[in-house]
Amino acid sequence: MKRLRDLVRENARNPNAIAYTVMAVAALTFPAIVQFATGGNADYLVSLAADGGVFVLLAIGLNVVVGFAGLLDLGYAAFFAIGSYTYGMLASEQLISSPLHHAFHVPFWIALFIGMFVAAGAGALLGAPTLRLRGDYLAIVTLGFGEIVPRFFRNMRDWTSGVNGISALDVPTLPGWITGPWANATFGIEQGFRFTSFNATAWYVLIIILIVASVIGVNNLYHSRLGRAWMAVREDETAAAAMGVNTVNTKLLAFAIGASFSGFAGAFYGAKLSLVSPDSFGFIVSITILSMVVLGGMGNIPGAMIGAILLYGVLYYFLPAAPQQASTLAHQFGMDWLNTVVPNGWPGIAEFINRLKFILFGVILVTIMLLRPQGLLPSRLRTQELKRGVHDEPAAVPS
Amino acid sequence: MIGALARMPSTFRTLGGSQVSNVVGLLLVAAAAVLTVQHVLQHSASYFFQILIIGVADGTIYALIALGYTMVYGIIELINFAHGDVFTLGGYFSLALFPIFGIAEGKPGFGYVLPLLAVALITMLLCGLVNVAIERVAYRPLRHAPRLAPLITAIGMSSILEGAMYLWRGPFSLHYPDLLPLTRLTIGPVNVGVKDLIVVVLAVFLVVVFTLFINLSKLGKAMRATAQDRDAAQLMGIDINRTISATFFIGAALAAAGGITWGLYISSVDPFLGFTTGLIAFTAAVFGGIGNIPGAALGGLIIGLVRAFSDSYFDSSWTEILIFAILISTLVFRPTGLLGMRVPEK
Repeated sequence: MKRLRDLVRENARNPNAIAYTVMAVAALTFPAIVQFATGGNADYLVSLAADGGVFVLLAIGLNVVVGFAGLLDLGYAAFFAIGSYTYGMLASEQLISSPLHHAFHVPFWIALFIGMFVAAGAGALLGAPTLRLRGDYLAIVTLGFGEIVPRFFRNMRDWTSGVNGISALDVPTLPGWITGPWANATFGIEQGFRFTSFNATAWYVLIIILIVASVIGVNNLYHSRLGRAWMAVREDETAAAAMGVNTVNTKLLAFAIGASFSGFAGAFYGAKLSLVSPDSFGFIVSITILSMVVLGGMGNIPGAMIGAILLYGVLYYFLPAAPQQASTLAHQFGMDWLNTVVPNGWPGIAEFINRLKFILFGVILVTIMLLRPQGLLPSRLRTQELKRGVHDEPAAVPS
Repeated sequence: MIGALARMPSTFRTLGGSQVSNVVGLLLVAAAAVLTVQHVLQHSASYFFQILIIGVADGTIYALIALGYTMVYGIIELINFAHGDVFTLGGYFSLALFPIFGIAEGKPGFGYVLPLLAVALITMLLCGLVNVAIERVAYRPLRHAPRLAPLITAIGMSSILEGAMYLWRGPFSLHYPDLLPLTRLTIGPVNVGVKDLIVVVLAVFLVVVFTLFINLSKLGKAMRATAQDRDAAQLMGIDINRTISATFFIGAALAAAGGITWGLYISSVDPFLGFTTGLIAFTAAVFGGIGNIPGAALGGLIIGLVRAFSDSYFDSSWTEILIFAILISTLVFRPTGLLGMRVPEK
C-alpha cells in the first residue's frame, strides 16, 4: 500500500504518467461507457475507436522516425500500404488469379509478423539509398517513395486487382474468446472464435493489446543504447558520428523499426476492413499521421498517441457528424429556415457545415500549432532545452 | 541484437564514393535516353513535335509554380504546402474577375489583351496579399519554434484555402473560358497550336523577368542575402521581415500568373487542383536543386517533358511513378539536385 502511495506521489506531477493513466482508464472504460450511453447500440462507436487505434499505432511508429531520430518522413503511408497488401495477398483468395495460381491463407497471428518484417525490410530498403541525404532532401525522397508505392500496387493489376483492391480477407481466429451482452449473447466462453464485423468489441480489445505491446516495446527502445543514439543523431549528426555512434545503422534501424509498426497496423487494418484498396494510402494519409505526431508532441510517445486520438476524433467523428448535429440544433432552436435549401443560394446548414469542414480542419491545425508550437504534450527533455536555451549555455544551478 | 547492429562498423560510407555513383548515374541516364529514342522512332515526327510542345507548355507552368516553392524554401527553409493552393486561387480570382472586365467566351479577339492583362495584374496582387497574410499569421510567429511546427501550419493553411474555394464555388471543377485562339500552325513537319505557343512565350517571359529581377534589383539582392545568412543580412541593415514578405508576395504573384495560364491552357479549375499540381511543382523545385532559381525552372521543364512523353509514348498510369523514381534517383546520385550547390553544414 505504501509503495503504491509513493508511486502515485512520485508521478503526480509527471505529465506523461498522467497521460498514460488517463488513456489507460479511458481505453478500459470506453466500450462500457458508450454501451450504456447509447443503450447497447455502440457497435459503430467501438468499431470507430478500433479504427482509431490503427492511427495510434501509426503515430507511435512515425514518432520513432521523426520524433526520436529526427528523420522527416513524408511518405509513411507507404509502409502502411505495404503491411496491408502483404496481409491482403497472404490471407485471401487473391493470389489464385495471379501468375502464381495458388492462394495463401496464412493465419492472422503469423501474417501480423510477416507484415511487420516486410514493412521493416521496405523501411531499410528506403533508408539505404537515402543515407547520404540530409534534412529536407530526405523528406522529399520519402515523399516520392510514398507516392510510388500505392500507385505501384494499383498498377500491378495481376497481383492486386488494381483499383478494385483486394477484398474478402481472412479474419483472425482464436480457439476461445469471452462473449457477453456486448455481442448480443450471454456471458460465457465461445469456442472457435472468429473476429467478425458483428463483434466490434473483439477488434477493439485486439487493437488495445497491440497498442500496449507497442508502447512497451518503443518505451524500452527509447531508453536503450539505440534510443540514445537516435537522440544524438537528431541533435547533431556530425557530433554523434564523432562520438562513435554509427550513424548509418542508427538511421537504418530508425526507418526499419518505425516502418514495422505500420506493417502491424496495416495487417490489422486490412483484416478488420476486409478490403485493401490503393486509395487508402495517399499523401494525405502520410500528412495526417505526421500532423498527429507533431500536434501531440514530437519525440514523446504519449504525446504522439494523444495527437493521434485527438486528430482522429476530429477527422472521423466530429467533422462527419457535424452537419447532422448542426441541422438538428437549428431545428431545436426553432431556426428551421437555416435548414431550407435555396436553389443556387443557401445550401442548408448541413451542407454548409459539410463544405466548411476543410476550413475547420485547417483552423484546428493552425490554432494548436500557434498556441503550442512544441505540441500538446512535448518531450520533457526538449522542453528543458527550449526553456534553458541550447547546449552551450550552462544549465541553471538551483541555489 | 539491435545494439550490436548499431555498433557494427559502417560499410556504406566507404562504398558510396561520388565517382562510382556518378558513373552509375550517367549509365542510368544513357539507358533511359536509348529507350526513349527507340520509342520515339516508332511514331511520326509531327507527333513527336506535338508532344514536345505540350511538354514544354506544361513544364513552363510547373516552373512558374516551382519558383515560389524554391524561393520560400531558400529564404526560410519551409516547404510552403499552401503554395499550390495559392496557384489554384489565381485561377479562381481571375474567373471571378472576368465578368467585371467584360470578358466572356466566344468572342475572342485582340480587344481582350488589355482587360486580360488587367485581370492578371489584379489577380497577382490579390494572391500576393493572401500569401503575405498567410506568412504573417501562420509562419512568422513560428520562426523560432521547432522546425516541424510551421510545416503543420502550412498544411493547415493549405486545407483552409482549399476549403475556402470549395465553400465559394462548390466542389466541382469549373469551366475556364477559352480565350486563346484555337488555330494551328504548320511549319514543315511541325504542327503546333497557337495556344501552346502563347502559353510557352508567356511563361518563359515571366520566368526570365523574374530571374533578372532577382539578379539585378536591390530587393533581389536583399533576398539572396537573407537566404544565405539571415543574421548577417540583418546586421547589414536589411529589413528581414520586409524581405521575407516580399518573397512570399512575388512567389504568389508568379503562382497566380501560373494559375491563369493553367486555366487558359487546360480550360478548367477545381478546388483541389493545387494539391497534386503543387506536389509536382515542388518535386520540380527539388529536382533542380531547392533554393536555386534556374534549377527550379529547369526542373519544371524536365518534369513537364517527362510527363508529356510518358503519357503519350508509354502508359499514363506509370507517369507519376516514373517522375518520382527519377526524382529519387537524381537525389541519390546528386544529393542536392541538378543545379544545387553543396552547402557546408551549419
